[in-house]
Amino acid sequence: MAETSPEAVPSTEAHEQMGFWQRYLFSVDHKVIGKQYLFLGLFMGFVGVGLSFIFRWQLAWPGTAVPLWGKVTAPQYYEFVTMHGTIMVFFVAMPVLLGAFGNFLIPLMVGARDMAFPRLNATSFWTIFVGSVLLLLSFFVPGGGSRAGWTNYVPLSDASKYLPGTYWGGNLWLIAVAIDFASVLMGGINFLTTAIAMRAPGMTIWRMPLLVWEELVASVLFMLSVGPLIAGVVMLLFDRMVGTGFFLPDKGADPLLWQHLFWFFGHPEVYVVAVPGLGIAMEILPVFSRKPIFGYHAIVWSTLVAGTLSFTIWAHHMFVSGMDPTLAEPFSVTTVAISVPFAVILFCMIATLWRGQITLSTPMLFALGALANFILGGVTGIPLGTDASDIYLHDTYFVIAHFHNTLVPAAIIAGFGGIYYWFPKMFGRMMNDAWGKVHFIFTWVGFNMVFIPLFLIGLGGGQRRIYMSSVYTYYKPLQPLHVIATIGLIVIIVGQIPFLVNFFMSMFRGAKAPANPWNANTLEWATDSPPPHENFHAIPTVVRGPYEYSVPGMEQDWAPQAAAVESGAAQG
Amino acid sequence: MLKLIIYVVGTIFVLVEGTLLAFVILYRRRKGERAAFVRGDSLRQLSWVLIPVVIVAFLDVAIDVMAKPVWELIKEQSPPPGLTVKLAALQFGWEFTYPGPDGKFGTPDDLVQTTFLTVPAGQVIRLLMTSKDVIHSFYVPQLRLRQDIIPGREIPAWFEATQPGKYEIACSQLCGISHFAMKGILRVLTPDEYKQWVSQHWPKSGAGPGKSASGARSSATGKEG
Repeated sequence: MAETSPEAVPSTEAHEQMGFWQRYLFSVDHKVIGKQYLFLGLFMGFVGVGLSFIFRWQLAWPGTAVPLWGKVTAPQYYEFVTMHGTIMVFFVAMPVLLGAFGNFLIPLMVGARDMAFPRLNATSFWTIFVGSVLLLLSFFVPGGGSRAGWTNYVPLSDASKYLPGTYWGGNLWLIAVAIDFASVLMGGINFLTTAIAMRAPGMTIWRMPLLVWEELVASVLFMLSVGPLIAGVVMLLFDRMVGTGFFLPDKGADPLLWQHLFWFFGHPEVYVVAVPGLGIAMEILPVFSRKPIFGYHAIVWSTLVAGTLSFTIWAHHMFVSGMDPTLAEPFSVTTVAISVPFAVILFCMIATLWRGQITLSTPMLFALGALANFILGGVTGIPLGTDASDIYLHDTYFVIAHFHNTLVPAAIIAGFGGIYYWFPKMFGRMMNDAWGKVHFIFTWVGFNMVFIPLFLIGLGGGQRRIYMSSVYTYYKPLQPLHVIATIGLIVIIVGQIPFLVNFFMSMFRGAKAPANPWNANTLEWATDSPPPHENFHAIPTVVRGPYEYSVPGMEQDWAPQAAAVESGAAQG
Repeated sequence: MLKLIIYVVGTIFVLVEGTLLAFVILYRRRKGERAAFVRGDSLRQLSWVLIPVVIVAFLDVAIDVMAKPVWELIKEQSPPPGLTVKLAALQFGWEFTYPGPDGKFGTPDDLVQTTFLTVPAGQVIRLLMTSKDVIHSFYVPQLRLRQDIIPGREIPAWFEATQPGKYEIACSQLCGISHFAMKGILRVLTPDEYKQWVSQHWPKSGAGPGKSASGARSSATGKEG
């Protein structure tokens, strides 16, 4: 295939001659596509958070008018919680972690000129773009968007009679999600091919930065798990539009089939998001501790083990679903067992700090914040993964708090760390560090203000998906916690203002970034900021691993992977 | 059981976060100092990570072992019931069917109650649950009991309430726009009160189909637990 060779990519000169449209909109350059993903993810993220503000207000002060919105009706409430979940997982976490960071960084980190299949890469972005538009469109079709929850359980989601009026909303949800999956599949093929076939000379697999490893594991997990769910989505679409009965019990089907298909994908999907998020933190921690990452090989192997195990634990979402209760026992054991590889990864990350020289810069703060909350998300998985205690905690706010403490640290907190860390490489300018710290404090404190109360609500038995908590008397003592959580969300939202200002101001007015502002080792810092069209003036030769900081006997405390080749490649 | 797990993971959590915080504070950058060069790839260095991991693994196994009998008792075995009630969930309410004096379902003396489930304290109650439309879930927070109900199947559950009183039954699986309002009431009566309730409401043997939806008004004697 012609595209696999770097020569097939338009050369730098040709790139300069292209018009605005070709250069920035329909570009096949992985760096431009990565930024497009980033902007899409940020935009969808603000939509998703906006929705959460509306329903969180309703949860704290049921029945009162939401500022800038008005009163929330029950159909709106269920529409917004459904769309919040769908948007944040499929249209924020995946485009940012895989689309933006994966696309921008994998070719730079392995020393390639571009992705293996640049046109497929552009197709992948425009596919998810269409999916996003369709999903947003579903707010405006008659009857509004889907209200069946982000898990879209059948038969509620299957026949319109159970959710009157949401015929097109439900259909568009399914179509948008299927398109999103197709897009991420295309991206994953590119990631794998690029990292396997296009590494620079000397870049052995055991010299690849951990983020590349984590992106690859995520891509493989996604590829192996998404097939059954795409089939399920198409079957459900047929049920709704053609009248087949794949999931309808009165036509002889078992509704549990959907849950198995959804969670067979859904649980690996959690790791598809979590693992690259941890990967970002793994890049940042050594740089600002000036130490090698602790246990590089142990982390890689643990990630592979955790990835494999992630295919054996999906039914822990279904302990009380009505499946054979005997089946719960092996799934409980595998679920609890997955804490072992993750313990290795997290302990290695903490051990990286030990006897380091830590600078608490903005990226480092976000990385540490992500790590701290990911641990909380991890330990709270144990009572949920244990079948006996899950009977009580299932479908309460404990679950909500648990998965937000895994996904938000990975996708949002580590994601912000990644933005601050690679911003100089993406846009050639530095972001303001002081405002970055303000942003971190608001985001991290606000986040914990939201979700620590939600753990307590869940322990008190408080159910999720309750539009009007005043219906239940058992909910009354828990209500003040909802108020604290909503105030926490307001803190988060206020904290994003300095981020937005900082982000867009720095893009045009920020101080010019040197090639390697953090004195980091990995290959992306061995080229200009921002990198030229084909990334490197000359393909670098890699001579060592990615985390050789404070090597004894060396004058400087960093040793770039490509230092040996001084002829053009490593110069700023 | 839950408390125990919370204590175990809570302790681990505090220790790990404490270590993290201590490292961040202890190893702040100081001028002129260099970081230690520790790759952590030898088994000796890795043991600093692996020993805590082994402890985690050991606690995991302990939790598995302790949870197994609890799960089996709740979901897999069913002690001989003192009373069996059929439950039908629908958008958006609950229907409870008592077998009536002859102890059999499907006979004319069955008693159907909506919203209110009245049971005697101290007895094992067996529920046979069905759904008329979508997936619902039977949840009583105070009983720590939750079980989804799937259309097309009959799913069993059991409980034994020890404290007389009134408890809320909630639907715990998103089932539509009024999911949040799908509330039922579990009334646990002392054995004497329960006998009285039965004599007032259950059809006499041989009587025609009895239907009483007036459980709310008729027996307000249940003590608040």
